[in-house]
Amino acid sequence: MSFDVNSNKYTFIFSAIMVVVVAALLAFAAESLKPMQQKNIRSEKMQNILSSVGIEVEAAQAEETFNKFITEQVVLDHSGNEKAGTVAFNVDILKEYKSGGQQNFPIFIYTAESGEKKYIIPMVGKGLWGPIWGYVALDGDLNTVAGASFDHKSETPGLGAEIKEKWFQTPFKGKKIFDASGNYVSVKVIKGGAGENNEHGVDAISGGTITSVGVSEMVERTLKTYENYFKSNKN
Amino acid sequence: MSTTAAEPLFSKKNKKLLSDPLNDNNPITVQVLGICSALAITVQLKQAVVMALSVIAVVACSNVIISLIRNMVPNRVRIIVQLVIVAALVILVDQILKAFVYDVSKQLSVFVGLIITNCIVMGRLEAFALGNKPWPSFLDGIGNGLGYGVILVIVAFFRELLGSGKIWGFKLIPNSFYEAGYFNNGLMILPPMALITVGIIIWVQRSRNKKLIEK
Repeated sequence: MSFDVNSNKYTFIFSAIMVVVVAALLAFAAESLKPMQQKNIRSEKMQNILSSVGIEVEAAQAEETFNKFITEQVVLDHSGNEKAGTVAFNVDILKEYKSGGQQNFPIFIYTAESGEKKYIIPMVGKGLWGPIWGYVALDGDLNTVAGASFDHKSETPGLGAEIKEKWFQTPFKGKKIFDASGNYVSVKVIKGGAGENNEHGVDAISGGTITSVGVSEMVERTLKTYENYFKSNKN
Repeated sequence: MSTTAAEPLFSKKNKKLLSDPLNDNNPITVQVLGICSALAITVQLKQAVVMALSVIAVVACSNVIISLIRNMVPNRVRIIVQLVIVAALVILVDQILKAFVYDVSKQLSVFVGLIITNCIVMGRLEAFALGNKPWPSFLDGIGNGLGYGVILVIVAFFRELLGSGKIWGFKLIPNSFYEAGYFNNGLMILPPMALITVGIIIWVQRSRNKKLIEK
């Protein structure tokens, strides 16, 4: 090569060109893959919502199934009144929760082929290491839990991370959030076991106490906001 | 490749570049590089395979790119140049995984990003690609990536089988075993057992490969 590869001038020019080329390449790749990545995130959210009412669906069919069964979406404000002009699916409650408190409270209404309705409530809370979130579905009486699904960002595998597993989620089914006289009690996650006839409690995870408490707090706090809506929409 | 015309593409020397890292000079078991990620993502076979493919792609591509520009890189900034190229490739891989195999990319989480700091990648660039032509560099990259991948897959196979009774997510151990009192070994899921598994592989390899026996 006729010029000095190790001169200062060449080093600067080389670095500058390299940075521009690499930046352009990455920006192009990120932009062109973005639609597919966002679709994946959307499908995952739909899958999670559907799984709380017991529908397991492949990512490819998520959109279609979601549109078929989720017939109505409602958003409440923090005092429980219906809010117009906000699309429930687009509400990012995790973001709201992190930046100081949840502002929008979405409800997804599921209608089965038989016409039976279920109400799906998304929620977020705090685990041991990071956020936890989930969906609790209520039956048409807005009292009995129809199903629940939870997920987490970074709970300990084998301990707190077990909230993702079926054995933890299934017992929520059939529990009641109001007691016999109509007072709100929520469904609690009870350390040491809930006992067989407890209508308002499920077993906690041994070794995952803080995550269990987090789930309990999340369910209680979130459903509380919906109390008035539940009472006025009860059939 | 006109520059290698005098030499066949898969000459003895070039074949050695591919086969050496698989056994005699394996990056994990002999050079003990890249251990950190080997511990973290070998809980399931699928993760290990995706990780191995990502590392192979990154090592091979960065080796070729560095080899192509090896005469143009100013000596004083060569490490930075290597780092930029590796980082760019890793981000590309990460974006592609997010777009096409979203669930696996979620499980691999930060470890894809950490390929940047995988000593194997920088080690090969510095030790081989800077002084060799693109084709041998490519083979060297593939070889080292495979050497890393093979160990990952072996470790993941045993960890998934003994830890969760599954292979590639399918239940392999029949229910009758569990009824007869068989338990999944929970310890296999945790990182220490990955280290011990790698240790056993090193032991077996050293006792069978004469070149590695130290006097």
